[in-house]
Amino acid sequence: MRALSTNLAAGDVAFGAGISVASLRAGFGEHTVLKDLRVKIQSKALTAIMGPSGCGKSTFIRCINRLHEETPGAWVRGSIELDGEGVYDTTVDPVELRRRVGMVFQRPNPFPNFSIYANVAAGLRLNGMRKRRMLDERVERSLRRAALWDEVKDRLEKPGSSLSGGQQQRLCIARALAVEPEVLLLDEPCSALDPLATERIEELLLHLKREYTLVMVTHNIQQAARVADETMFLLLGELVEQGPTSQLFTNPRDPRTESFISGRFG
Amino acid sequence: MNSRRTIYRRFKSRTILGLMAFTFLLALVPLVSLLWTLAANGAATVTPHFLTASWAPVGENGGIAHAIAGSLSLLALASVVAVPLGLANGIYLARRAPTRLAHLTRLLLDVTSGIPAIIVGVFIYTVVVRREGFSLGIGFSMVAGGLALAMIMLPIFARTSEEAIRAIPRAVEEAGLALGLPRRRVILRIILRAAVPSIFTGLFLSLARVAGEAAPLLFTAFGSNDWPASPLKPVSSLPQLLFDYARQPFDELVRQAWGAALVLVAIILLIRTATFVYLRWRYSKGASIA
Repeated sequence: MRALSTNLAAGDVAFGAGISVASLRAGFGEHTVLKDLRVKIQSKALTAIMGPSGCGKSTFIRCINRLHEETPGAWVRGSIELDGEGVYDTTVDPVELRRRVGMVFQRPNPFPNFSIYANVAAGLRLNGMRKRRMLDERVERSLRRAALWDEVKDRLEKPGSSLSGGQQQRLCIARALAVEPEVLLLDEPCSALDPLATERIEELLLHLKREYTLVMVTHNIQQAARVADETMFLLLGELVEQGPTSQLFTNPRDPRTESFISGRFG
Repeated sequence: MNSRRTIYRRFKSRTILGLMAFTFLLALVPLVSLLWTLAANGAATVTPHFLTASWAPVGENGGIAHAIAGSLSLLALASVVAVPLGLANGIYLARRAPTRLAHLTRLLLDVTSGIPAIIVGVFIYTVVVRREGFSLGIGFSMVAGGLALAMIMLPIFARTSEEAIRAIPRAVEEAGLALGLPRRRVILRIILRAAVPSIFTGLFLSLARVAGEAAPLLFTAFGSNDWPASPLKPVSSLPQLLFDYARQPFDELVRQAWGAALVLVAIILLIRTATFVYLRWRYSKGASIA
């Protein structure tokens, strides 16, 4: 962790880190959700993870920021490397790791009783940033990146919960971006949103993938086709296929992928 | 056929609505008549002088300011003890997996809340007031009274805090953890803040519950005719003053008891309204940036 931070300071990999996963197994108690997963995720690109419900998509991305282990009974084996460094190394503090690997959840979850401003500033403030001017600047930059600034700049002191669902989700994206992560995990970020709000988020993701490594779980096949550079297809905790989105959709190698994208199950 | 059904349904709907309105009014009767009786008997007594003057011998037009001050200081003291303990208990019970200790804690809190107030008073007398045996031996005092009230407040406040914290969705906690915040900071700075309105409601409920207690104070705060001077001296309180005066043969004291009753109810309503207004102001319209 420490060595890596110095690398970052040196400046060659500012944003966007590649992730490689080897023999990853994870589950809860007796139940194994992920069975020997082996994948590589490109940096500064959007990788979509598709699969039917219960195939382990969410569990997988929750292993990347080590949120999985916060659930009682959860366990993980195998390795995940972020920029060549093991996420599960004993020297890595999960709390610090999560500042580098942000996450956006299925349902918008702004902090209750926090204003729009306080939501975005929460990660910085609660980690000790006090300078008002720096906070203001970071909040504005994050809200701009999340394409929300113009809609909220005149009511930053209003509660985050006063926004519409789509705006709340962009607020959550801004909140995650404010701590300046390298990777952003998105767990079905549009599943609770209407088509218009979904479209706005997708546009936003197309912008963000230039600067961040995005990993998005979706079970909307069209959505993966629209925004992802790479797509992987999981089934029952195993990787069926992974490849450039266009190839996976036009010319799937595995018959199971083909039946899934043609809507025969899932 | 169809229209007859409609008429019948409308009739049914109106009957039920009528019944509901009736029961609502019925439920209102005790409350309104209570407030009315208090106002009718007490309003004339409650003058600025009555509210600001301390005790005076019968015939010399005394007031109840010493009891108001005593009640407020007892409530403040009880809160100082019960709030941190109750919050700690609430957080522990809400955030812990169902361990045996958590179950036991919850059971003990529930048992404590079932203890009659007078017994709490006797208990505090035994371990705090009494000057011999296994006791702190500090005598009748504000501290003893505050502890007795705190003991009644604690289980109520702890359980309402637990519910308030438990009501915050797990997604909020995960969002905090995902920002790279240690769990303890997520709980103390995000979850607790999200739960503040309900915690305040619980605090008010428990305060209102003990504000009217006379029984636990008889053996602890004891009562006094003076302003509260020291935490280690006996103090007066509104419920106890009411209890004492109402049994006196002097009309003046009985009138003062009515006045004290009205003031007591007014104070409770005032605390309630103030809490409500504050929370509305702070949390619904303009959530503060701080």
